[in-house]
Amino acid sequence: MTIDDPALQSLIARVRAARADRTPLAIRGGGSKSFYGEAAQGEPFDVTALAGISSYEPTELVVSARCGTPLAELEAALAERGQRMPFEPPHFGSAATVGGMVAAGLAGPPRAAVGGVRDYVLGATLLNGRGEVLSFGGQVMKNVAGYDVSRVLVGSLGALGVICEVSLKVLPVARATATLRFDMAQAEAIAQLNAWAGQPLPLNASAWWNQTLVVRLQGAVAAVEAAVARLGGERIEVTQASAFWAGLREQNDEYFLGAMREIEVTAATRLWRISVPQTAAPLALTGQQLIEWGGAQRWLCSAAPAASVRDAATAVGGHATIFRAQDKSAGVFTPQRPPLDRIQRELMRAFDPDGIFDAGRLSPGR
Amino acid sequence: MPALPSSATPPGRAERQGEVVAALSALLPARCLLWHSEDTIPYECDGLTAYRAHPLVVALPETDAEVATLLRACHALNVPVVARGAGTGLSGGALPHRLGVTLSLAKFNRIVKLDVAARTAVVQCGVRNLAISEAAAPHGLYYAPDPSSQIACTIGGNVAENAGGVHCLKYGLTLHNVLRVKGYTALGEEVVFGSEALDVPGLDLLPLVIGSEGMLAVVTEVTVRLVPRPQLARCIVASFDDIRKAGEAVASIIAAGIIPAGLEMMDKPMTAAVEDFVHAGYDLDAVAILLCESDGTPEEVQEEIDRMQGVLSGAGATRVEVSKDEAQRLKFWSGRKNAFPASGRLSPDYMCMDSTIPRRRLADILLAIAEMEKKYGLRCANVFHAGDGNLHPLILFDANDADQLHRCELFGADILETSVRMGGTVTGEHGVGIEKLGSMCVQFSPEELEQFAAVKRAFDARELLNPGKVIPTLQRCIEGGKMHVRKGLLPFPDIPRF
Repeated sequence: MTIDDPALQSLIARVRAARADRTPLAIRGGGSKSFYGEAAQGEPFDVTALAGISSYEPTELVVSARCGTPLAELEAALAERGQRMPFEPPHFGSAATVGGMVAAGLAGPPRAAVGGVRDYVLGATLLNGRGEVLSFGGQVMKNVAGYDVSRVLVGSLGALGVICEVSLKVLPVARATATLRFDMAQAEAIAQLNAWAGQPLPLNASAWWNQTLVVRLQGAVAAVEAAVARLGGERIEVTQASAFWAGLREQNDEYFLGAMREIEVTAATRLWRISVPQTAAPLALTGQQLIEWGGAQRWLCSAAPAASVRDAATAVGGHATIFRAQDKSAGVFTPQRPPLDRIQRELMRAFDPDGIFDAGRLSPGR
Repeated sequence: MPALPSSATPPGRAERQGEVVAALSALLPARCLLWHSEDTIPYECDGLTAYRAHPLVVALPETDAEVATLLRACHALNVPVVARGAGTGLSGGALPHRLGVTLSLAKFNRIVKLDVAARTAVVQCGVRNLAISEAAAPHGLYYAPDPSSQIACTIGGNVAENAGGVHCLKYGLTLHNVLRVKGYTALGEEVVFGSEALDVPGLDLLPLVIGSEGMLAVVTEVTVRLVPRPQLARCIVASFDDIRKAGEAVASIIAAGIIPAGLEMMDKPMTAAVEDFVHAGYDLDAVAILLCESDGTPEEVQEEIDRMQGVLSGAGATRVEVSKDEAQRLKFWSGRKNAFPASGRLSPDYMCMDSTIPRRRLADILLAIAEMEKKYGLRCANVFHAGDGNLHPLILFDANDADQLHRCELFGADILETSVRMGGTVTGEHGVGIEKLGSMCVQFSPEELEQFAAVKRAFDARELLNPGKVIPTLQRCIEGGKMHVRKGLLPFPDIPRF
């Protein structure tokens, strides 16, 4: 991407104009994750015109793409060369973009085993609130020149500026994969997943719901086959298994569809994403829970009071996010404690002194 | 390289010292404070010994409460604070401030908690890197990042530098293996970045703090992720008679879908130096040798070693040897791990550089360095973390010869600038510290440097934590004659220059 790229120039012009007349902007990519976070405020600012894969070097394990690049296009380009983003980002619709993936910072089923979006970001180009185009990080694996700004953009929901381009580390597709199913109660499943994770096993993803634990193994052929033999359980056929993991990632499987139906009919029902240490004991909350990430991500479909859910998460060292709901008045995210709240506010001001970008989507009342 | 003569005493230093000592003496036990110059001399530099300065005071607090109190007092007095771990850093990040307090965290050396079920360890910042793996070993676990200095360096220093190691292509950097840090702001407030859960609400500030070289907060406690120790590791040594072939072999391994546990390269001068030192049986005729490691279950390792051997032979290796047992594997690594001490025998002094380039440019940079050897009239031996393109050229010189030192500095800056032009960075893992301030002007635009400075102020408004490091002032960039050159992305013509 060069500075004279017309799409980039038009974004710069819009930010400068917004700064001049103090118009807040709500950055928008494909809109596939517009349900996530607090309500967007400001004039919609479509950044999808800045699109396309800028460079891809399979032998470098690095790809760079502009923010408006469809996520599906990037994944297809990687797949063609036998590579992938190992964290399997959810799309939540065909309009999903690379910029939105970084801004939302959401990772799919393998998060606990392979890391999240942040762990694969190597560099980014940012259009900040002063209308400056800045590059941080780079296209190399190791880089400690200056502060690691590119990784802070992950999950920033547009509060620091427009993520114009991002460079990601990618990895080869695993040579073998297998999915196993076990009948197991929640507490037992959490304990078992943690015990397995402490052993040299190619554990890649897990999901527990309704007394059933499903795990996915990935790695070298020999390692996966040895693990299948060792763990037991019922092996799920390949097509069925990939549909299962895709349904989980895209939230269109039985659990999530059920949750969304309930939200539609009952205003008090919310789908919570509860993030806790992997070993946290079962949370005593009413409602259906689906557990991913070896115990670290717990979905809860419940009409329980927000405070009780937040308290349960906080008590074990985690936090709770209202992921989908009609009513988000209880606040989408768990508020930060001092002095983090102040540092976050100051940091937002450092990138966007005039408050052009919609920081409210991440934390209302900045 | 900026001149920082240790003899220069800033005006008013003695009065300032009296003032600071008086204030801190009221807060910390006498055994925790040093200020007589014979006591503070051991703190005058870190692993980058070319730069030295006497701190006003060295404080060695013993508790978190003392760290908080000390920071509050320094903030009230407007005194800079330079945090320090084991002092093994190679870029002068822990160089004392002559009007500041050096905050040694050496006494924070306790492993607080080892949670086997959760595979985490909570350790104080002064715990040595290797000590974590040693404590975890009985449980079949270890802490993956293994910088070469791991017997001495502390986890706090690793966090400050985002330290890597020879296994980071597969296992990641410090950033990928730390869940949470606890520390104190410049104001002395307790602060926690990250979480034992896998994410946090709001902005994720942990990646900013990791690698920030003590400029954003003082970290006292680190929660690290432990991983299962692989059942087996085997290593291949492959010889090449041509630098380009060796570089292409590295690319071919990755292209084959293999992520080696370690992938290192040494050039001929370095191989000769280490062979003389450790007698590992390296091929002395090779122009370059590659060390390529596989780890995992025995079945997995066999599968991968077979594939690696095939790729290396196909890439034109003249000799390929696979370790037969653990003793031989360690022997293979002993040379690479002893590259620095071995270089010490080649020359009175050496300067270790640290930059990263895209892997495909490995041969290009080696050939460029060979040209620079002629240009600057100095020899250079090269070791690379080839798997991630991180190079460590060791420029050999004699510091007693002022002209050699000068040429060495020019040589080093040339390597860094060439790395940036090849699409790389001026530091892969040693940090900017004081050493690479000039090179930062080449890699970043004035607007980017100003953005870094604004990030610093968001955490530390008065700029008291390790001031003068990492982020050069624009004034300094101008004076050093270092102009930022950016491939394609040129700075805006309508913004006033400096």
